[in-house]
Amino acid sequence: MILVLEQILNGLQYGVMLFLLAAGLTLIFGIMGVINLAHGSLYMIGAFAGTWVAAHTGSFWLGLPVALTAAAVAGLLIEMLVVRRLYERDHLDQVLATFALILLFNELIVLLFGRQPIFTPLPELFSGSVQLFEGFPYPPYRLLIIATGLLVALGLWLLINRTRIGMLVRAGSTNRDMVRALGVDIRMLYTIVFGLGALLAGLAGYMAGPILAVQVGMGEQILLATFVVVVIGGVGSIRGAFVAGLALGVVDTAMRAFLPGFFRTFMEPAAADNLGAGIASMGIYLLMAIVLLIRPKGLFAPGA
Amino acid sequence: MPRLLAALVILALFAAMPEVASAMGQSSLMTLAARILIYAMAAASLNFILGYGGMISFGHAAFFGIGSYTVGILAHHLASGEPLFGIIPGSGDMAVTLPAALLVSGIAAAIIGALSLRTGGVQFIMITLAFAQMLFFFFVALPTYGGEDGTIISSANSVPGLNMRRKATVYYFILGVATVYFLILWRLVHSSFGEVLKGIRQNERRMTAMGIPVYRYKLFAFILAGMGAGLAGALLANFLRFASPDIMHWTKSGELMIMVILGGVGSFFGPILGAAALLVLEFHLAGWSEHWQLALGAILLLVVLGGRGGINGLLARLAGGRR
Repeated sequence: MILVLEQILNGLQYGVMLFLLAAGLTLIFGIMGVINLAHGSLYMIGAFAGTWVAAHTGSFWLGLPVALTAAAVAGLLIEMLVVRRLYERDHLDQVLATFALILLFNELIVLLFGRQPIFTPLPELFSGSVQLFEGFPYPPYRLLIIATGLLVALGLWLLINRTRIGMLVRAGSTNRDMVRALGVDIRMLYTIVFGLGALLAGLAGYMAGPILAVQVGMGEQILLATFVVVVIGGVGSIRGAFVAGLALGVVDTAMRAFLPGFFRTFMEPAAADNLGAGIASMGIYLLMAIVLLIRPKGLFAPGA
Repeated sequence: MPRLLAALVILALFAAMPEVASAMGQSSLMTLAARILIYAMAAASLNFILGYGGMISFGHAAFFGIGSYTVGILAHHLASGEPLFGIIPGSGDMAVTLPAALLVSGIAAAIIGALSLRTGGVQFIMITLAFAQMLFFFFVALPTYGGEDGTIISSANSVPGLNMRRKATVYYFILGVATVYFLILWRLVHSSFGEVLKGIRQNERRMTAMGIPVYRYKLFAFILAGMGAGLAGALLANFLRFASPDIMHWTKSGELMIMVILGGVGSFFGPILGAAALLVLEFHLAGWSEHWQLALGAILLLVVLGGRGGINGLLARLAGGRR
């Protein structure tokens, strides 16, 4: 029981990270119609910049603003120099141009930091473990991530539903051309949304630092899962990204934790572990294929 | 006529390659040429659905890998003497393995295509990627065939009358298969089927209105493309004597797309030029600096942002004498 609860919390923590990335990606997708494979690079840039500062100053909290700034600045640069030229192009050009960006950023990071993974120090206040209840210790840092994610979700909900920018974002993801025709400075909106997405990716990257290794290629690992979240949730839908992100986080974590054990009940251990891990890795893609076959536009697609 | 000439020049270049390589004392050149031929076949099959049919498949490496694994698995069961599933005996005979690779990759493409083609746009890109990733993890999870490390093929498949232990013979065999493959592809692209496919890319709704069963045409094209990539994969396994999940990783699908774009989308010789350009670039840049991907990324970005029609377009503009 404790084990199940622990895995659910771990799953929520992973799901929240997926949401932070997917929220930006789904807006960029939905509003600008751009497939941004380089979103994982922004996540990586946030992690590296923040961790570098944190390691040199010894303070987790000083790294945070640096991570956010670095990711946002990188995002704005990408938008102005590359993505802006891709709005009117087809998906193929977008995929390839942002794929090229992945190659560029990965090699740049290798040049700057080398190939060895680096580690982010845990913030003092959140190291160790807390007893959630009798006999159930849990690392408070993971709880912090969950709380941050939920807070961001709430903030985004307010932003999207209660502000003028949010109104434009909603309008943009339903009918881009109409918003433009009504005289809205769509380029400004694009830049803001892209910067916001980059900021959230940087936040996710930096928060992942103490849990995962900060290394080149970390962006691609989570990028594909993020795309699965975006597509399942419905392109352009923050609500979809939230629901699909949390659900996928829990499902993925649970499968990785429990499938090998399940197969061990009727198979030899080595084969069971292999099969369990394999099916667990396939799980989210299988889920996406099933969802798309039933609802080709995803669960919460705007205008669907 | 100039196209026929171009084709003959390309063929002559590849045919002369083993001699040139041995004359220069650089056997790695022949390996490079063989990889270009194989990747050109795979990229051309992707170009068939992507360039002519407008289907942006981001999981094409799956079929490349399936073809490769068909050869690897048959070789594995030949070596162990144990039949696959208890009924299918292993084989090291090219007359068995190549048709088997075509069949298996064709079936896989039929299943994946039938499901994926029900979506479109971004969702199609992502669902093809999803299926490829599933296959990737499936083969990673198979300890019988080496899991992550892949399976080794002890010797290239046999062909009656040829000494396939010689690297050069394998090379000429690949060149022969590639030539036949591109001849068939040429006929296909210029057939009425090919014309319908181009029509679907330009305007799917119009083709439907003309009474063309669009879904069936697209699926058929998808299956053919899958088989083409499977054949290329089978040749690669024979040449490398090795099959591993690496070749169906999503970055491989990306690489195939890069080759298509670099050469020129929807042009017949584009994939050959693109494969050659990327692999030669990789060959030289990798020798020059370990950070060669930086240069590759920059070049790719420039081609996508600035170029129209890739290398093939550039050549056409040069030949036309105007920009």
